[in-house]
Amino acid sequence: MDGANALTLVLSGDPTLFRIVGLSLSITLSATLAAAAIGIPLGAIVGTSRFRGRGAVIVVLNALMGLPPVVVGLAVFLALSRSGPLGELGLLFTPTAMVVAQTLLILPIIAALTRQAIEDLWAEYAHELMAMQVGAINRVMTLVYEGRFALATIVLAGFGRAAAEVGAVMIVGGNIDGFTRVMTTTIALETSKGNLALAIGLGVVLIVLVTAINAATWALRAWAERHAG
Amino acid sequence: MQRNVLTAFTLALVLAPMGAASVTAQETSIVVASTTSTEDSGLFRHILPLFKAKSGINVKVVAQGTGQALDTARRGDADVVFVHAKAQEEKFVADGYGVERFDVMYNDFVLIGPKSNPAKVMGGKDVVAALNAIAEAKTSFVSRGDKSGTHSAELKLWTVTGLDPQKDKPAWYREIGQGMGAALNTAGAMGAYVLSDRATWISFKNKGTLDIAVEGDTRLFNQYGIILVDPKKHPHVKSKPGQAFIDWVLSAEGQNAIRSFRIDGQQLFFPNAETARQKKAG
Repeated sequence: MDGANALTLVLSGDPTLFRIVGLSLSITLSATLAAAAIGIPLGAIVGTSRFRGRGAVIVVLNALMGLPPVVVGLAVFLALSRSGPLGELGLLFTPTAMVVAQTLLILPIIAALTRQAIEDLWAEYAHELMAMQVGAINRVMTLVYEGRFALATIVLAGFGRAAAEVGAVMIVGGNIDGFTRVMTTTIALETSKGNLALAIGLGVVLIVLVTAINAATWALRAWAERHAG
Repeated sequence: MQRNVLTAFTLALVLAPMGAASVTAQETSIVVASTTSTEDSGLFRHILPLFKAKSGINVKVVAQGTGQALDTARRGDADVVFVHAKAQEEKFVADGYGVERFDVMYNDFVLIGPKSNPAKVMGGKDVVAALNAIAEAKTSFVSRGDKSGTHSAELKLWTVTGLDPQKDKPAWYREIGQGMGAALNTAGAMGAYVLSDRATWISFKNKGTLDIAVEGDTRLFNQYGIILVDPKKHPHVKSKPGQAFIDWVLSAEGQNAIRSFRIDGQQLFFPNAETARQKKAG
């Protein structure tokens, strides 16, 4: 397979490549949804409440944004291995394990950035919300709704990180042909096979995909903003 | 409204491939921990569809260095190991992690080096003399450094020279701790020597200025073995389909499948299971 053929592969609808791209997208989108479902409420709660040790929680969340994927992968590997605490589940070397690893990887990013965005909004709206005597849960929901466009960008940042990483999914997925092989692990594999041109070609495909998803989100947002007013 | 569109779009993207993945997960499948040489060269892509057609069993290959593959199996994360470092494999069985080890096939290691021939070893037949010459000339040498089968073989050859670069760490000896392909890429970029299995070398696409420096030494023999992980150690091991795979690989049909795997007309692996079995019987 020659490198110049990466584009031909895409255009000709090579089923193997499509399966790899489909798996990449489904894993990363699932992880992004899961991380957003946990991270946004978590960040919003930390952003709008005052409690002892809050400073420490914020520092830890911010620091965890720099989690190395390979460390997350190793931790999930040890937990899911048959010899690990969750070994009974038999999840190692499955797409589910890859979703778990990517979720853990981007959860701190989404939570930490949400915390900052919501805290800024809270400073702006605190007076009104206090005057209206809104409960804590409604308060968080209102702020999340008001900040939805900023939060969309934050979720995209998490998506980008998950889509780009190779260290975690390689360890917990095992890069099994036709089962856990995704874009980034394919690129790593083709590089090690000396197919450098094909590896670069696949890298371009990955960048185009991520750009397309960002563009789609941007278009939706612009459309929503027009209709929201 | 716009939210519903977004949600539906996302769900479709997420669920469609997940559904496809769960369908395949319901078939009988086993995990085989194997080496990068067997996976990267394309051997499994050649033989697994034949086995699947015969048995209906899906074989999932996790390609790692031999040391890591045995470790994966030791933790119970694989059903079968298919690797190439006999001493490590026999220890694996002796420690109770494997049922029994069988010879499957062989090929050989080759010493790869720059065509510019800095250590004057090109075309030699004596790998030990070549390693001595490399050490003498202090030409760069890339070591896998990852406890793989090829790394074990390399260390064994250094022992014969009487040198111990892994311990002495001279500047010309570079341990990279990566797979065979990565080691070849590195050696190519550095103009260094490197020991490779022949299958990975033949299928490697970025040869550049590298070429075979030494081949044909009997000490470069490279035997592959297959072992079922012992269900007594790990009760969840799928021993029935695992054993079916081993039986097939060792059968005439499996051995022929290995023999018929070629790249550019070159045979990469030479089956020798039957001779091993006859020896056992005799």
